[in-house]
Amino acid sequence: MDLRKLKTLIELVESSGIGELEIQEGEERVRITRAVAPGAAASAPAPAYATAVPLATPAPAAVAEAPAVPAESEGHLVRSPMVGTFYRATSPGAKPFIEVGDAVQVGDTLCIIEAMKLMNEIEADKAGVVKQVLAENGQPVEYGQPLIVIA
Amino acid sequence: MAKNPNQLFGKILIANRGEIALRIQRACRELGIRTVMVHSEADREAKYVRLADESVCIGPPASTASYLNVPAIIAAAEVTDAQAIHPGYGFLSENADFAEKVERSGFVFIGPRADTIRLMGDKISAKAAMLKVGVPCVPGSEGALPDDPKEIVKIARLIGYPVIIKASGGGGGRGMRVVHTEAALVSAVSLTRTEAQAAFGNPVVYMEKFLGNPRHIEIQVLADEHKNAVYLFERDCSMQRRHQKIIEEAPAPGVSARALTRIGERCADACRKIGYRGAGTFEFLFQDDEFYFIEMNTRIQVEHPVTELTTGIDLVQEQIRVAAGQKLRFRQRDIVRRGHAIECRINAEDPYTFVPSPGRITSYHAPGGPGIRVDSHVYHNYVVPPYYDSMIGKVIAYGDTRDQAIARMRIALSEMVVEGIETNIPLHQELLLDEKFLRGGTSIHYLEEKLAKRKQAG
Repeated sequence: MDLRKLKTLIELVESSGIGELEIQEGEERVRITRAVAPGAAASAPAPAYATAVPLATPAPAAVAEAPAVPAESEGHLVRSPMVGTFYRATSPGAKPFIEVGDAVQVGDTLCIIEAMKLMNEIEADKAGVVKQVLAENGQPVEYGQPLIVIA
Repeated sequence: MAKNPNQLFGKILIANRGEIALRIQRACRELGIRTVMVHSEADREAKYVRLADESVCIGPPASTASYLNVPAIIAAAEVTDAQAIHPGYGFLSENADFAEKVERSGFVFIGPRADTIRLMGDKISAKAAMLKVGVPCVPGSEGALPDDPKEIVKIARLIGYPVIIKASGGGGGRGMRVVHTEAALVSAVSLTRTEAQAAFGNPVVYMEKFLGNPRHIEIQVLADEHKNAVYLFERDCSMQRRHQKIIEEAPAPGVSARALTRIGERCADACRKIGYRGAGTFEFLFQDDEFYFIEMNTRIQVEHPVTELTTGIDLVQEQIRVAAGQKLRFRQRDIVRRGHAIECRINAEDPYTFVPSPGRITSYHAPGGPGIRVDSHVYHNYVVPPYYDSMIGKVIAYGDTRDQAIARMRIALSEMVVEGIETNIPLHQELLLDEKFLRGGTSIHYLEEKLAKRKQAG
């Protein structure tokens, strides 16, 4: 049993809030459930997929997520051009600029990045359909951080 | 983030990179202060970035878009709720506008006030301020050079050739031109003005007597906001190439304690009179047993470790304490110097052509043992980026005597391994065997003269 891989998976389950994680490779399978002691859940030594989920980074509380977000390969990433706070609408309670599924043209405002008390409108640089919104309303973002996926 | 009443700050944002960013981080960690490391895309994977409590990417690799990007740095401080910003050295550390914006945005700038930075940033006003408080300066024009060529010639005659024309907005060895004869004077002034306008956006120049064989000796000071100021003795930084220091040491060999005490007290007194806050360095040319002020650096300096090792005082921590409003915990008589320290700046460059050598360090082994301190952010497999200066670290050797420090440095450099890139370690090894260096007291021209001789010899 690869204890290091197992430990990483356990930490991932703990930190991500997932209730249960099950990985199967060939004949081997491991299932990790939050409420149960890890040892009981493992049925057999299981070499987990190395890339099934992103591994925890050493920096315990990075302000923003690493730009290599999973499930982003099918679409154009709109990245933050500055450090600031991400907002989906012009003010709290107002209707968000875009929702998943909306069609956008080049130049349409997608979101706001607030930096030093200035509201900066972030525009779409590609036409398409909004596939994913990767940042949360009010979340601090850093330069280059992926915000929106347009397909 | 709320501040624990016993804490100096809850969180400090480190607005720099490389070895000094790691140095500041270490000081913060020891004091129990959380750190935010801002970084460009080029430094994202660096270990010192990942060791910080938080990190924020502030821009692409280019310095102007990242480490010199004022709005991005202040925005990073806002989103992380930092209380204070440490600017390190270089970059924005002596940018008065930045210091002002930091404070206006509600953060503490770890350094002097903006108006002090401005005063010392203008070399003419700095000199005038020093003359006023009794710090001896290089004889020269009283202020900016006038436009009238006849007046310029008159001033040069009074000073006596050779003279040096300096840009008021320059410093650190940039924007200067030596003139040996009256015939060359007026065009030299005109050229320097044009260069100064292009490089610093300020064409104002002044004139000084050019000293033929001076040493570079600087005085470290520390001052708090309660009018206390001390000097932490001197450093000799004469081993330079193109005005860039290569080897620094403390104490300065062969300078009388009396002369040092006198100049040290003048510097501490100057700090009190101008209301200086934080750490700073008064730079002097030293010739014929006289000190001549050239400029003041209002930041922590690269070579601060040699002062730390000989005085036992952690200068970066003292900067943080002063910025938090604390009184200096020691008086002048509490500062005692012991032993000798030498620092070698390790640069990623060809040791003979000085061509920069960025790239991946494929094999790294740091020296160690008694009296060896290594301040470096690099490690095995680290990629030295091409976008910033070439210094990859500093090796500092401490001994009871200068000879012991030199011996320890030789051993350390022989143990050190940096493969995959070129470094100037071979040059240091050569200098540590150089007869004149071993005797001590070489001038600021010595290294360049030595390199020129070597070039001529083929």
